[in-house]
Amino acid sequence: MTVAPVLEVDGISVSFSGRTVLDGVSFEIRRGEFTGLIGSNGVGKTTLLRVILGLQRPDSGQVRVLGQSLSAGGRSLGYVPQKVLLDPDIPIRARDLVALGLDAQRYGFGRRTKAQRELVAKMLSDVDAEGFADARVGTLSGGEQQRVLIAHALISGPRLLLLDEPLANLDPKSVQEIVALLHRVASDNGVAVLLSAHEMNAVLPVMDRIVYLTQGRAASGTTDEVVRPEVLSKLYGHHVDVLKLHGRVLVVAEPGAENDDVPDHPPVTVT
Amino acid sequence: MFSGFMVNAWEVGTIVAIVAGVVGFFVVLRGSAFPAHAIPNGAFAGAAGANLIGINPLVGLGVFSLLAALGIGSLSRRGRADVVTALVLVMMLALGAAFLSQSTEYEPQIFSLLFGEILGVSSSKIVPVAILGLVSIVAIAVLYRRLVLNSIAPEIATARGIQPYRTDMAFLVVLACATTVTVPVVGALLIFTLMIGPPAAARCFTDRPGIAIAGSVVLALLTVWAALASSYEFNWPVGFFVGAFSAAWYGLGRIYAWWRRTSAPRGSGTME
Amino acid sequence: MHFLFEPGFFTSGPVRTAAVIGALTAVVSAVVGVFTVVRSQSFAGHALTDVATTGGSGAFLLGLSPLSGFIAGGVVGGGAMEMIGVERARSRDVATGIVLGAATGCSALFLYLDTTQSATTGATQQILFGSIFTIDPSTVPTIVILSAATLLGIGVIHRPLLLGSVSAELASARGISLRVVGLLFMLALAIAVGLSSIAIGSILSTALLIGPAATALRITRSLRTAVAVACFLGVLTTWLGILLAYDSVSWDPSSQGLPVSFFIVAIVFLLYLASGLPFARQLSGRRAGGGPPQGEIPPRREDASLGAAV
Repeated sequence: MTVAPVLEVDGISVSFSGRTVLDGVSFEIRRGEFTGLIGSNGVGKTTLLRVILGLQRPDSGQVRVLGQSLSAGGRSLGYVPQKVLLDPDIPIRARDLVALGLDAQRYGFGRRTKAQRELVAKMLSDVDAEGFADARVGTLSGGEQQRVLIAHALISGPRLLLLDEPLANLDPKSVQEIVALLHRVASDNGVAVLLSAHEMNAVLPVMDRIVYLTQGRAASGTTDEVVRPEVLSKLYGHHVDVLKLHGRVLVVAEPGAENDDVPDHPPVTVT
Repeated sequence: MFSGFMVNAWEVGTIVAIVAGVVGFFVVLRGSAFPAHAIPNGAFAGAAGANLIGINPLVGLGVFSLLAALGIGSLSRRGRADVVTALVLVMMLALGAAFLSQSTEYEPQIFSLLFGEILGVSSSKIVPVAILGLVSIVAIAVLYRRLVLNSIAPEIATARGIQPYRTDMAFLVVLACATTVTVPVVGALLIFTLMIGPPAAARCFTDRPGIAIAGSVVLALLTVWAALASSYEFNWPVGFFVGAFSAAWYGLGRIYAWWRRTSAPRGSGTME
Repeated sequence: MHFLFEPGFFTSGPVRTAAVIGALTAVVSAVVGVFTVVRSQSFAGHALTDVATTGGSGAFLLGLSPLSGFIAGGVVGGGAMEMIGVERARSRDVATGIVLGAATGCSALFLYLDTTQSATTGATQQILFGSIFTIDPSTVPTIVILSAATLLGIGVIHRPLLLGSVSAELASARGISLRVVGLLFMLALAIAVGLSSIAIGSILSTALLIGPAATALRITRSLRTAVAVACFLGVLTTWLGILLAYDSVSWDPSSQGLPVSFFIVAIVFLLYLASGLPFARQLSGRRAGGGPPQGEIPPRREDASLGAAV
């Protein structure tokens, strides 16, 4: 008997003011899998994540989490949104924000139990945030805030963690650290990860599967299955080449072709 | 309505409207509604204090408005702007209340200073008022380009050498100047509506800054004149009419903008 | 001792009532105020006080109790502001300002009618600047109940409120209804403003709302300590203000003393300034100069006046 996938996205279509953003997107995520949602800026990654979270209603299609239709606020999903501007004046320490991950939606009083406080401490150490646990979240650096947000999302024990472009504003060193940290924390806790990014190379080492999104359509599978000229050319609607160099992947369109949707590449560095 | 002491009121009112219309355009552009509300309260305190010592109220108005502007400007550097503005606002009001409590004409004085008084400015003061008004407008003209850039895209302005702190401060000082001119007739608590309603409405009708400023002045003039006439007729405070008419213009502007937006083809937006 | 406490201070009935009401009001304002500042709603909070003024002056005209007028004005105004909810912060401030202006204009009218139509004088002074020494003792139970209810209410919603203030996205992803929480908070804000309007007047009540809260936030680190310190500062300020106002009558024989509200506002202001001094900023454990480490640009704070953090 097979266990229900953690996430099933089935034929999701969304259009805004006449423009089709997502067109029949389907894929699955199984327990503990690390999946990269790759696509250039504006292609619809955030929209897809919002549909999965229940914050955006699709025109057609279904989303099932652990075999059940989703309603917003379900505890099975953890979420790290794209830009969380944390005001330095807000009197919330890193520790408090992580603790809010347990009970923010609950009305009422009640101090947190000892078990809860210990859980908070454990999550903080899992993400290497003990050093600044008592600093106000608004005073932390981008990478530090990211780790706190990850802990906040994971503490309620979700089966799937969604991250919207977590690597976008980080320096290369922080990118590597966060990716490694995510992989470690996720596999330690048996949590599946869906991480969106506009280029795949940063997550290539830890990615089990990829969902490659362009022009509203998606191809999903392992990297080897999806990142091939045949598959991607079909997806784009014109010919693209795939180059593998020094462990990195570059997707290149022919000059003159409509390549405004081809994802950004980092400048190739010779290490 | 057009003779005797009312002539004064019409003259001063016209100056008030022009200054408020011009300065108000930038108040709306910069989203400085709160400071525009706070600084006139400095004028209230100053007038009350001047009254107590027996010097020219205009001097008191000017000094304390300036103090309020400088206070908000310098304290906003370290603290939150909205908190600082709120605290300076109430501090000035409380000072005014304290000054007034020491004089014998407590009640009527509070009233006229806060809500406006047709007899607010005597003929001997028209010249200084006119000069200050002119100074405010000239200052805006001189600072125009840096003010616009700083208001719309502060980071770009900074990159071009337009220092944000100095520009912010300069604008607050101009506000203080404009306040000194405008408070006596309209009242400390209501003058800022004149600096918000007409300019915001003008922006709904046009996208071009020059025309918007002109429109703002025209609407402000209409507001003040109508308010003076109504106040004369009904004996109700000038400030009430200014607040009401400013709100009316604003409402009209929003309705027009909404109508334009829903009936126009996609892609033609108005300046919000 | 005579120097500090003028004769009759501790035995005076009005003083006792003032002290109790003042303390209660200060606590409610402080608690609600901390969230107000955190949510960058200082302008909305102030606008609410002006709408409360309209309510108070209208109530006076109709012969109703000022307290009910203050609160009714605040509730109606706050509800309207929350429901209108314009998107961009700058447009929001302008809209708030217009509503505020229209309400204040109406206050002008009501107060004018108050003074011309009723026999009692001092309406303007009482409503705008407070009447803490002349509070009708029969309103005390109402004030106590309202205070308790508001504090309870904030306690109940404080977690969703907090997360919503930190990030609207995080909150809605958890299924928190920002609209409900926002409206409930507005209600609490309206009541807090109404209560402190009785004590120090409607146009000055912003001081008790924002001052102690903002000061506390500058010198503490966590929410719990911020609220505690804000309450402490608020009560201290109010009692000191009452004391000084009482004493001030004896300073100059020819005058009737300085108003309580003046002292309270002045102390609040001075405390805030003091919290900006270098030694005070160390208390919150901030990095020097505040904000993220070198090289990072702190986020630009839009002075939002309505709704949760955008």
